[in-house]
Amino acid sequence: MYQRKVKKILITVMSILLAIVMLAPLIWLVGTAFSEPTFNMSFLPTTKFTLDNIKYVWEAIPFGKYYINTITLVVVTFCVQFITSTLAGYALAVLDFKGKTLIFAIIFMQIIIPNDVLITPNYMTLSDLGLIDTKLGIMLPFFGSALAIFLLRQHFKTVPKALAEAARLDGANTWQTIWRVYMPTAKPAYLSFAVISVSYHWNNYLWPLIVTNAPENRTLTVGLAIFAKSKEANMQWANVCAATFIIILPLLLAFFILQRQFMESFVGAGIK
Amino acid sequence: MKSKSFGKIKKESLQGWMLIAPALIFMIVFTVFPVFRSIYLSLHKYKLGMAVPEFVGLKNYLDLFHSGLFWKVMINTIYFSLITVIPSMIAGLGLALLVNRKGKHIGFIRTAYFYPCVMPMIAIASIWMFIYMAKNGLLDQLLIRIGMEPMNILSDKDKVLPAMAVMYVWKEAGYLMIFFLSGLQGISGEIIEAARIDGASNWRILKKIQLPLLAPTFLFVTTVAFTNSFKLVDHIVIMTEGAPNNASTLLLYYIYQQGFTNFNYGVSSALTVLMLGLLLIVSLPRFISQDKKIHYN
Repeated sequence: MYQRKVKKILITVMSILLAIVMLAPLIWLVGTAFSEPTFNMSFLPTTKFTLDNIKYVWEAIPFGKYYINTITLVVVTFCVQFITSTLAGYALAVLDFKGKTLIFAIIFMQIIIPNDVLITPNYMTLSDLGLIDTKLGIMLPFFGSALAIFLLRQHFKTVPKALAEAARLDGANTWQTIWRVYMPTAKPAYLSFAVISVSYHWNNYLWPLIVTNAPENRTLTVGLAIFAKSKEANMQWANVCAATFIIILPLLLAFFILQRQFMESFVGAGIK
Repeated sequence: MKSKSFGKIKKESLQGWMLIAPALIFMIVFTVFPVFRSIYLSLHKYKLGMAVPEFVGLKNYLDLFHSGLFWKVMINTIYFSLITVIPSMIAGLGLALLVNRKGKHIGFIRTAYFYPCVMPMIAIASIWMFIYMAKNGLLDQLLIRIGMEPMNILSDKDKVLPAMAVMYVWKEAGYLMIFFLSGLQGISGEIIEAARIDGASNWRILKKIQLPLLAPTFLFVTTVAFTNSFKLVDHIVIMTEGAPNNASTLLLYYIYQQGFTNFNYGVSSALTVLMLGLLLIVSLPRFISQDKKIHYN
């Protein structure tokens, strides 16, 4: 019994120590973002608290504009995915029709081949469509989401047919049936997908970098990368930390508040 | 099916295709079409300034196979994926075993392990830059303090990829942890309790019960981890741009360079096709694990 207790304490201590190791870069980042610039780097803040770095980078980089851009991209992308995937998920879960196998083949194709690797051909397509350097161009490849369709289909399939039949007898048409019967039951799937979609698009970098040229279309990640690589940022860790802090704050905050939901979403999205 | 009239089936078909159409159009235009376009362009010479692609057969591939740089990039890519995937899977499993219990602080610990996943790679690379930076970076400062030579690790051709791998394992381990954790929690507590009553040690329970039952999770996680490592490119832009002497160039970064720095779309497409091949290979474990689980109808 005594031995078991010691073991338990040891495991607890070890997991807490590991947690501190994992948190170390974040602690350093936040500490540095809010202390005065120093020549020597230190893990914990040595100077007094200051907002100067945040103020400086907020003025040096048009973060306000980038914030609006990133939020626009994230929100519009999710809204369109929400609609297209609901319709497709419903069709695949409920309706009987020829050609489903082909559709599943395309869905699996997208699950195997993430858009991230198709940068060259997709850029050419955007260029054919005249959508280079537009926000729509950044979003367009993500409007049809295999992952969302799959998640919703799995949820819609669990809805008893009798429930849908009852709604139909009450005079509900297809839209009303989807709206009143199917969508409410799939709330967890929508929430999961929202978490995945928002964090992917908030964090995405290479694709927005390729598609945009003009500063007015840049996202937060592109803005941060430009700043981190610029001459002003050289050796200025306080400023780079402040800029990084500004771009990660909303998502990280959401994560710390809704941690359980986030983790469950990421597991759920793994399509087990 | 049988009870439905022909007219009803037809109507349902039409409705089905109409509902699927919006999503399907985007998937075809941005996933299916680009795959075929890459294959097509990979057989053509097509550079900036050319009005139309010129058919050259397999020349792009042959040129690549004869180039030292190409093999360097492929070896980097495979080496990097192995030194990230294997450690992050082991770490992910270890973390999952560590947090697969109840307790007041367990939520906090899981959060601490997982949070790097919700940070953009570009932010992580910007922070880790200061750890790895020559002389003034945290790592070199530490080495100097204990009386060793500073490493300037990102300029060392043998150490740059391992250094990036450490950063990536830090980011990825918590992500893989949640898959293992959900696998572990799916194992019935009764089996484990029964084994424990029979006097089995934790180690024996892990080896004889938990690991075998986690087999499908392992297959699935293998695919996810390899796919993620092939997609990884943002940190190269921030940290090295492929330096020193392409020692840190990975396949996707090479695709990006060929397409968007050299504007050589033919070669970039050939590289994309090879990337698709790699993705197909690493997705096989996922299909094995899903084989019995997915039913279309």
